[in-house]
Amino acid sequence: MNYWKELVKGIWSRNPQMVIGLGFCPTLAVSTSLSNALWMTLAATFVLVGSNLIISSIRKIVPGHLRIPIFITIIATFVTVVDLLLEAYQPEVYRSLGIFIPLIVVNCIILGRAEEFAQKNGVFVSVLDGIGMGIGFGLTLVVLAAVREVLGANRLFGYPLIPGMEPAAVMVLAPGAFFTLAFMLWGMNAINARKKRK
Amino acid sequence: MEIKVFVTILLSTIFINNYVLSRMLGLCPFLGVSKKLDSALGMGLAVIFVMTLTSFITYPVYKYVLVPYRVTFLTTIVFILVIAALVQLVEMVIRKVSPALYDALGIFLPLITTNCAVLGVAVLNLSSGFAGPDASLGLLKSVTQGFGGGVGFTLALIIMAGIRERLEIADIPENLKGVPITFITAGLLALAFFGFSGMKI
Repeated sequence: MNYWKELVKGIWSRNPQMVIGLGFCPTLAVSTSLSNALWMTLAATFVLVGSNLIISSIRKIVPGHLRIPIFITIIATFVTVVDLLLEAYQPEVYRSLGIFIPLIVVNCIILGRAEEFAQKNGVFVSVLDGIGMGIGFGLTLVVLAAVREVLGANRLFGYPLIPGMEPAAVMVLAPGAFFTLAFMLWGMNAINARKKRK
Repeated sequence: MEIKVFVTILLSTIFINNYVLSRMLGLCPFLGVSKKLDSALGMGLAVIFVMTLTSFITYPVYKYVLVPYRVTFLTTIVFILVIAALVQLVEMVIRKVSPALYDALGIFLPLITTNCAVLGVAVLNLSSGFAGPDASLGLLKSVTQGFGGGVGFTLALIIMAGIRERLEIADIPENLKGVPITFITAGLLALAFFGFSGMKI
């Protein structure tokens, strides 16, 4: 088994949002600023790696018909850990991410990876898969957040950017998120189509 | 004056803070089940039902179990398990009562468990302060918010399904087909719904 392939597949060929089409809610809602996006990536990757680790190590003793509730409980446990950690050490991040921290539980990427990968593969590969998927998830999130923060608030990481440019506030609101992601998907489709033609 | 509070909650969850188009919750089913109008309607009704029921059950669980025993850190785990059990129940009822609807909804029924709008409304009921120690009529407010959220979700889903049925015959650039054009449509809808945010109730 090619370990490197398992790690990097999440970045382009099996990108969670752009290709598999999962996890749009946190992607769109949290990408209002770059720092939010990075913290969300960190939190989701932690949960992804943790749940993949535990689920792949108990995969042989979990009865098939009970697996979903068991997986969800494991994921929810890790989410609670993240929730409490952020509340204690990063209260500002905790406030600005708001309900989207408990909502990591229902981030379809995590349950999706548990179903599709961790319950069928070994511990080490599953951890790699978790890290890779986390990076892929974060990459989409960061690109989206950077575009939205620059265009919508004329800031990057909270620092003012181009003096005198009037930001388009709609970009940090919901419509801007939809439009930006649509154009990103369009671009990705165009690149893939061009690759196929060659 | 209590009636006014409930009207406010309803209007704001359906239009102003529409769960899909403004809060961006529940996007997976919004994209997945919005291809046909009738399955969108079925999914919407199931979500309204589950969200109302979830609000009705998670509120007392939080207020009378988690808070008195000081285990509020378990909120996320308990809520998601309650929701999973509820969805299972709804699935069994629908299979018994209406096999046609069960076939139409297919794999999306179990997916209501991981619909973030459902867990979202349970968490939002808490952060809205409905379950606070001195909140009055908290249970009724929570249920209203759950119902309104479900109706808002259904509204967005049905509008989207109606548009997508027409998009089927439209001439769209090859690379925009599928998800990208759906997102552009959703963005335009969100822009339209954004107009409600100036509404005074």
